[in-house]
Amino acid sequence: MSRIKIDEEEYWNSSKFKAFTFDDEDDDLFQLKESKRAVNSLRDIVDDDDDLEKYSWSGEPVGSISWSIKETSSSSRSAGEVRNQGQQRSQSNASAFPLSKQESSYSLSSLFKGLNKPGSLNSLSDAFTDTSVKSFAPELRRPKAEYQDYGGDWNIEDTVRRMKRGKVYSLERFRSLKDKLQLLDEAVRMHDGNVITAVLIFLKRTLSMEIFFRELEVRPVALQHFIHFLREIDDQKILRDLFRFLERVEELALSVYREHLNISNAEERRDFLKTKCIGLPFSADDAAHIEDHYTLLERQIIIEANDKHLEASGQEEIFRKHPRKASILFMPLVTTLFYSCIYHYTEGEGTFSSPANLKKTFRIPEKQYVLTALAARAKLRAWHDVDALFTTKNWLGYTKKKAPIGFHRVVEILNKNSAPVQVLQDYVRLVDDVDLRLNIAIKYKCHNVVIDTYKDLKDRHQLMVYRCKVDRNSPEEEKIDHILSNLQIRWKN
Amino acid sequence: MAAHLSYGRVNLNVLREAMRKELREFLDKCAGTKAIVWDEYLTGPFGLIAQYSLLKEHEVEKMFTLKAGRLPAADVKNVIFFVRPRLELMDIIAENVLSEDRLRCPRDLHILFVPRRSLLCEQRLKDQGVLGSFVYREEYGLDLIPFDGDLLSMESETSFKECYLENDQTSLYHAAKGLMTLQALYGTIPQIIGKGECARHVTNMMMRMKREFTGSQNSILPVFDTLLLLDRNVDLLTPLATQLTYEGLIDEVYGIQNTHVKLPPEKFAPKKQGEGGKELPTEPKKLQLNSAEELYAEIRDKNFNAVGPVLSKKAKVISAAFEERHHAKTVGEIKQFVSQLPHMQAARTSLANHTSIAELIKIITTSEAFRDNLTVEQEFMPGIDTDKVNNYIEDCIAQKDPLIKILRLVCLQSVCNSGLKQKVLDYYKREILQTYGYENLLTLNNLEKAGLLKSQGNSRNNYPTIRKTLRLWVDEVNEQNPNDISYVYSGYAPLSVRLAQLLARPGWRSIEEVLKLLPGPHFEERQPLHVGLLKKRQQGENKVTLVFFLGGVTYAEIAALRFLSQMEDGGTEYVIATTKLMNGTSWIKSLMDKPEAPAF
Repeated sequence: MSRIKIDEEEYWNSSKFKAFTFDDEDDDLFQLKESKRAVNSLRDIVDDDDDLEKYSWSGEPVGSISWSIKETSSSSRSAGEVRNQGQQRSQSNASAFPLSKQESSYSLSSLFKGLNKPGSLNSLSDAFTDTSVKSFAPELRRPKAEYQDYGGDWNIEDTVRRMKRGKVYSLERFRSLKDKLQLLDEAVRMHDGNVITAVLIFLKRTLSMEIFFRELEVRPVALQHFIHFLREIDDQKILRDLFRFLERVEELALSVYREHLNISNAEERRDFLKTKCIGLPFSADDAAHIEDHYTLLERQIIIEANDKHLEASGQEEIFRKHPRKASILFMPLVTTLFYSCIYHYTEGEGTFSSPANLKKTFRIPEKQYVLTALAARAKLRAWHDVDALFTTKNWLGYTKKKAPIGFHRVVEILNKNSAPVQVLQDYVRLVDDVDLRLNIAIKYKCHNVVIDTYKDLKDRHQLMVYRCKVDRNSPEEEKIDHILSNLQIRWKN
Repeated sequence: MAAHLSYGRVNLNVLREAMRKELREFLDKCAGTKAIVWDEYLTGPFGLIAQYSLLKEHEVEKMFTLKAGRLPAADVKNVIFFVRPRLELMDIIAENVLSEDRLRCPRDLHILFVPRRSLLCEQRLKDQGVLGSFVYREEYGLDLIPFDGDLLSMESETSFKECYLENDQTSLYHAAKGLMTLQALYGTIPQIIGKGECARHVTNMMMRMKREFTGSQNSILPVFDTLLLLDRNVDLLTPLATQLTYEGLIDEVYGIQNTHVKLPPEKFAPKKQGEGGKELPTEPKKLQLNSAEELYAEIRDKNFNAVGPVLSKKAKVISAAFEERHHAKTVGEIKQFVSQLPHMQAARTSLANHTSIAELIKIITTSEAFRDNLTVEQEFMPGIDTDKVNNYIEDCIAQKDPLIKILRLVCLQSVCNSGLKQKVLDYYKREILQTYGYENLLTLNNLEKAGLLKSQGNSRNNYPTIRKTLRLWVDEVNEQNPNDISYVYSGYAPLSVRLAQLLARPGWRSIEEVLKLLPGPHFEERQPLHVGLLKKRQQGENKVTLVFFLGGVTYAEIAALRFLSQMEDGGTEYVIATTKLMNGTSWIKSLMDKPEAPAF
């Protein structure tokens, strides 16, 4: 406990945490600390009793519905203790808040006239529709209608209204196309999606698809509802027929493509992508992505089969040293590239599993490639490969270091993979910007780089300050002393 | 229990009581003992209406969550399913019903659909051969649920997606129904103003519903003066930015569900003396956050940077109050002190909780990731470098940061540039697909359809005009003592709330040109009132406007509206309603084809 406390104190006092406003004079850290201290000191005075709180420790508010589900459904619980406790609590809870028991003088139904009939008209919507209809449009009253048989002679408007109110209705008597379409139009006019959908189901069942689609095309609201309905019941076939009819080709393509997610077998998914998705009328960009998707999965299947075999045989050292954590199937491209940089780094461009081949096939940008390869090789601590990544030779045979991502990022990634200082400092040196270089060198404790940089800057002051930061009698201290005693340097301070 | 609902300008407890009454009436209809089988999603929203005690008073003895297979044994006369009208739930119910042992223990079965019955669902039950098994099939119109004294939500998760992606208007119908209920309780709203396609649609439906009741004479003195309906797609920018108010940040980091938040338990360990060996709890600590808690009401809408000082001040006040005990000499004084103890104790608990939460949030807001992310947001919003590939976003993709975070930033850039240059858009798309998987093509397509991500094409970048005219970016922002709504995003004034502000004063006529640049029509309708109901406004009495966000609203926007309500010379008080309380993460998630982990 005291340990935690010290950590907390350290945290609240430390200055490295800054507010997100970049405000310099940020005193609310201090203020939070203060209120915390006050709260803590009050603990001695006030017994920290939870009775006042409305929440059981497990999180749910005592007496809330979700809490009670657990309580009441746990009939199998052996100890009645828990339940008793629960009851007690909810009792005390109820008495503590008498408001919840109070009968309200307000009620929706009381707002409307003519709602004295108990029983059947209890729901809110009834309160609206029925009462108002009853008080203001008596000619619509059909008190016995509920009990009439299905052959009721309601006209289109009445039928839709009944549907809306959840009363018994029948659509079967509307046989002509004209009636059916009027029914649909009336439902749309009512804006009730529920009714629109019900009518659509009826029409779908009783009309030929061609006629139905044709009529939907000129009724955008009904059409949207129908599409939504098809999605809901997952009727992909009719959905696609409809898109085809409407010539909404991109939606059609996407809806086919979405299907692949339901196929869990890799080979089947690959075949589906190849035969059903490539060539669909996607936009030009998307079409290229879909093709890449297929190619990637095809590669993954080959690599997976091969590597599974290699790993099982135990011949390859890399698989023995770093067993695969998961199959590479269905992984994103960059993950696949990372995988290939771990297990197949040295392979030539000719093999499917080589990083170079992946890079070429999928037109992976240089930056992305270097980042991924760097992370992979650093993870394996293959510093030589890391070095090679940034070495370029010009035509005279001179070597030069270049990083498309900037050497500060290189250092960051190396550090994340816990590269030793000896490796880190070589790359810190390559950071062009002097200030950035110094910052990074100090951050990662690359003493040699810091010392050399100060020397280059002829900054004796800083060098002397830094001397206090390195270990006593360390080679670094020696190095600083050596430099400071060098009379040839013309210090700027 | 819900006294805080009645403290606002409009007593929302009236609505809650009406809903409770509805519920009781339904329960009483199913005479005898009962078990309720819950669609789990509903327990949260229902919890804001009723506690278990209410159900128990009406003979609810057992409660279960809806699960496939057999219903648990319970010796009750009625089994009631409380469900949303969803097909997959109907299949589970059918399975439950079919495995009932009808002979050995006959129980009456009922369904309560929330908020509406669905013919499609009933058809499904019929297909499964169980429709006839139910005695009652009713609906419970829980459309708008009171969340706080000035806040109502439908908590319909999918409503933005349905409205703007799938063109399905079911949730708008529910919104219109909810508004009719409100009018039945609080009087006809004389003026309706709207911006956007969905707003227009909801208004049409309301007008129609009203006509259908053929002049149902509403005899209640109107409480609301104006209803302002705003489509979420009029302002796609605001939810994408990271909220910087206290409540907004709690939501961004931990997610507030039905006014409750689950927090990591370590910070809330009960530190009692003499109980050192007590185990640390492993379950998250759940807290309710609403204005019933005095301290929370005071700090929730503040910029997070202004929360520390308040907590510190409160600490001093409480400490001083406890010091009083030393001065209590006489029996009377001691008695007085003791009588105040429960209140002080509650205040102390409240202070302890919020100090802990503030600490937790602070760890996030001081992290490098948060700061870098915010820096980029604050470049995009004033329109800096929105037309080229952003290095930070590129780096985040390379590091495989959560996809939602990437999408939030890319969409923000797109919105702040009226669409990305084709080259930039293609680049982002490619990077995202290569790094996170090609199947995300479906998600990207959804975002494009919703207008969150798009190519500028040949059209002009209108954002600078909109930004300048509506003063969306304010350089000099005062986080401690704000004088403008821009404090909620430390510089950015939410567009939606600016529209509400300008409507109140000087009126939308002054921004006619900008309104035309924003999607959807803007309109005004009047609902005639009976002469007797015309309000005679007292001198200095504020107007009340109900702002309804169709497609969701963030806590920061709510904070901004509350700020306007409290302005001394504001002249308008706001009540807020929405289809869903949300933030950028939950929003993007709802639009994803295959959701994944949150951003922070």
